[in-house]
Amino acid sequence: MRRDFLEKTLRNLGDALDEAGRAESSGPLRRLDPRVKLAGFFGLILAAASSRHLPVTLGLWGLGATLAAVSGPGAWRAILRLWAGVGLLTGAVALPALFLTPGPALDWGVTQTGLQSALTLLVRVETTATFASLIALTTPWPALLKALRHFHVPALAVVIFAMATRFIFVLLGIARDAFEARRARHVGHLPGKLRRQMAASGAAMLLGKSIQLSGEVYDAMRARGFRGEAVTLDEFRCSRADWAAAGLFLALTGAALEWGCWR
Amino acid sequence: MGVLAMTPVFELEGVGFRYPNAPALDGVSFSIAPGQCVALLGANGSGKSTLLRLLAGLAFAQAGHVRFQGGELTEAALADDAGGLEFRRRVGVVFQNPDAQLFNATVFDEVAFGPLQMGWSREQVLERTGEALRALDIEALRERPPYRLSGGEKKRVALASVLVLDPEVLILDEPTAALDPQSQARVIDFLFERLGERTVIIATHSLEVAREIADTCAVLSGGQLAAHGPAEGILSDEALLRSTHLLHVHRHRHGPGSAHSHPHQHS
Repeated sequence: MRRDFLEKTLRNLGDALDEAGRAESSGPLRRLDPRVKLAGFFGLILAAASSRHLPVTLGLWGLGATLAAVSGPGAWRAILRLWAGVGLLTGAVALPALFLTPGPALDWGVTQTGLQSALTLLVRVETTATFASLIALTTPWPALLKALRHFHVPALAVVIFAMATRFIFVLLGIARDAFEARRARHVGHLPGKLRRQMAASGAAMLLGKSIQLSGEVYDAMRARGFRGEAVTLDEFRCSRADWAAAGLFLALTGAALEWGCWR
Repeated sequence: MGVLAMTPVFELEGVGFRYPNAPALDGVSFSIAPGQCVALLGANGSGKSTLLRLLAGLAFAQAGHVRFQGGELTEAALADDAGGLEFRRRVGVVFQNPDAQLFNATVFDEVAFGPLQMGWSREQVLERTGEALRALDIEALRERPPYRLSGGEKKRVALASVLVLDPEVLILDEPTAALDPQSQARVIDFLFERLGERTVIIATHSLEVAREIADTCAVLSGGQLAAHGPAEGILSDEALLRSTHLLHVHRHRHGPGSAHSHPHQHS
């Protein structure tokens, strides 16, 4: 059965989210306290983003790749997909810099300074994206949200994140059902204009449903005592391994900042 | 002292409510005694869900009075921190749509949500949540995200998330809607076994569920109270049930070849 672009996109998005939710990573990162991971990777992301020396950024990228490789095949596949997507997007953005940045000329109109700038940008983006993905891939979503609360991210924001992931599946399910119901009632190929009209009415229907659902969810929260500030349960315990990892993260971040930024 | 002499749990007096584009309730008056199991019956759009929202303190009467244990149930009364939380602890609501009721990341977080909002200690939250998970036989689902559960499992998690607070009054909106027959039977069995002395208010259009559980029925039709009284009398009043669209007649078959019609209900 032929499916249009929007329907295929929704289906793929649902499948990707579902797969990400089910992804079981393994390895040392999985066992680390989420607070240590969150703070540690945040430091490394800062170091990678502010590094001005390509070898240091490349070293951090290598570190990210190694951590992904030891975090199980699911995490490794996700990181490879990420590199491809981020590489294409950043490459497209950095392409003009190859030719337009003034500096000593190389072959095909590429300048040496341009090449270095483009490479620095590419590696920097790949590295920071790798670290950010490693947090999500190796930490159960509820634990990650609880860790955010430890760093004083407002409870309301954390509840909104949690509900957004929770309800994206519900809304995607509704959207898929609506597309299937529509397909069950027509035969043949519809003209583009009609398809666009249907996509627009589908989006309006989804908006209406999400508004209705948000009202119902708010009622359900109020009925159980929610008064604007959600209280969550702290279940974290820091082990010696977590402290050691925190020290290692700190040392690596310090070294990367020293060699990549301050020297 | 008889049940009727006690202070009613809920007392409704000339209650009216309308949405911007349509009236929902008009002049509804009746009371609910402690320990009663009341079925709110009515066809779709009769005002059952609106009435439940008023009893749950999620909406407020625009005309008349709703009283909870003698006190007026108003927005101002529930805005008070202590009074509002106490009301929420004493009155539990299980919503019709489990996708709206279950909004946390895991089943454990879902069940622990109410106790945490009540400000209970960590130990108390863990103990009571564990008890509720065991009571509903959903310990194995503890770390599962609610959206991945079956309809019956979602309903049990929704019940656990409310019963964990040990409410005196339980409000259930279509507790068996969209469940397969086996899951419906489990929910009804559970309600029988575990509700004890609680006051229970069930909105349903299933006469079967009302017959199984309720001792009193209130029938709504077009936003007005059409009848109120003992379940036996109401559920055997065929004329009333037909006029309020809870029973209907159409032709159907019992086995091959013998089509006939008589009043019946689809639940």
